[in-house]
Amino acid sequence: MYAVRLWSVRHAKGLNRFYQAFEKVVVALHPLWNKIGYEKLEAPFQVLERATKGFLFDCQMCGQCALSSTGMSCPMNCPKTLRNGPCGGVRPNGNCEVKPEMKCVWVQGWAGAERMDGNLEKIKDVQIQVNNAIKGKSAWLRVVRMTKKVGEFAPKPPKAPPAKKPVAAAPAPAGEGKAA
Amino acid sequence: MSELHFDPAAPLPSLPGHSSGGRLERILRSGRFAVTAELNPPDSADPRDVYDRALVLSEVCDAINATDASGANCHMSSVGICSLLTRAGYSVIMQISCRDRNRIAIQGDVLGAAAMGVQNILCLTGDGVQAGDQPEAKPVFDFDSTSLLNCIRGMRDDGKFLSGRKITVPPRVFLGGAANPFVPPYEHRATHIGKKIAAGAQFIQTQYCYDVPMLRTFMDKVRAQGLHEKAFFLIGVGPLPSSKTARWMRSNVPGVHIPDAVIERMEKSKNEKAEGKQLAIDLIQEIKEIEGVHGLHVMAYRQEEFVNDIIHASGVMKNRQPKRAPRPAEPVSVLA
Repeated sequence: MYAVRLWSVRHAKGLNRFYQAFEKVVVALHPLWNKIGYEKLEAPFQVLERATKGFLFDCQMCGQCALSSTGMSCPMNCPKTLRNGPCGGVRPNGNCEVKPEMKCVWVQGWAGAERMDGNLEKIKDVQIQVNNAIKGKSAWLRVVRMTKKVGEFAPKPPKAPPAKKPVAAAPAPAGEGKAA
Repeated sequence: MSELHFDPAAPLPSLPGHSSGGRLERILRSGRFAVTAELNPPDSADPRDVYDRALVLSEVCDAINATDASGANCHMSSVGICSLLTRAGYSVIMQISCRDRNRIAIQGDVLGAAAMGVQNILCLTGDGVQAGDQPEAKPVFDFDSTSLLNCIRGMRDDGKFLSGRKITVPPRVFLGGAANPFVPPYEHRATHIGKKIAAGAQFIQTQYCYDVPMLRTFMDKVRAQGLHEKAFFLIGVGPLPSSKTARWMRSNVPGVHIPDAVIERMEKSKNEKAEGKQLAIDLIQEIKEIEGVHGLHVMAYRQEEFVNDIIHASGVMKNRQPKRAPRPAEPVSVLA
């Protein structure tokens, strides 16, 4: 909800503090999540995240939450989904170029960042393009896996020296490039 | 194998510390005041429309910006314009907007453009589709301008696509980003540009400047963060044809800020068109004195014929005459 979203930016400092503590707890519970299995937890976590972050931030479930670097203003609510700062079309009153009735997500973002930390360090992080393959997935579980270096973040084993005999009957990778 | 005897788009010999073989980067890195100008893209399939407009601009600018459906209005594409201009030996800045193409299309265009001889690329977010003549279109915005800069820098410096797949001959391009110091959040605009520079921007072109005090405040912040030593700042200028157009631009073109005083000055004058031209000259003379400003970016929409006068009257070129790539003595032939 728009009004709640604006409230969240006004309370960015408190929310960020709460999230930092929450993240520590969720990461510490990794052995438990691992026992249950990350696959099984995905659906209930998605419901939970959608409900809480949806209520507070109008979260769009991009699956790669950047709220701590965007002053608690969700960048996916920007009609251009800009993740690094405002475009050049912001109106003189600080409202959005595309939706004139809405405050610019990034004018809000910078205001939230000022409340979070005076140095504005986190907001200077360059965000890369969205990974569309993980849209809708749980960003919290992803953070745990990232911190614990498991799942998709597990360190890749060093490349084995090329086998002398080519592995027989290795199936050709399906799809890519083959069908013309 | 076929090869041109003479390639007007061939890069200049590489120099240490230069990322492109283009003339714009050389001008800027040698400490000279640079001028770039925007070409008003034609609504036609006739190459002559592009060449006619380029000829007027090329006499007074170091590179021509080929816009990418600016204002979300459909025109000849920036890739197409660059293709025509590079083969005629012009130095171009290809603009890429994130609005219309996804990451696969853009990375391909970057390679294609570099192969044609494009040496400069300006990465833009792009106006929203609602601003243009086809508001029903699907906005893409797969990248934003900053992540796009980061991607092309990776293609150039690491020789890799986003996927990590190798590029055998990387695109040697000079990368630019855009700034609009004249809209909120004013106090954070310089920091935002710092982010673009961190992502790969080597030159910055700004929106139209009609408010010099506001530009000064922005440039103070730029200098405080040392950004003017990491990138070249080219300030946007353009003549206003009339006070009526100025009012229209202010309320209809996203991101254009024109102070009331400027509009009043236009209204008080007897010849608004001449006053608009004089205003541009006055602005340039103030802008060029600001520390950290390395050049100008002229946007003279449908007033290309004035660009020459404005640049010469303001004295920024100091009798420097930009040139196209040298012409071959004999007609170009193709080897079979």
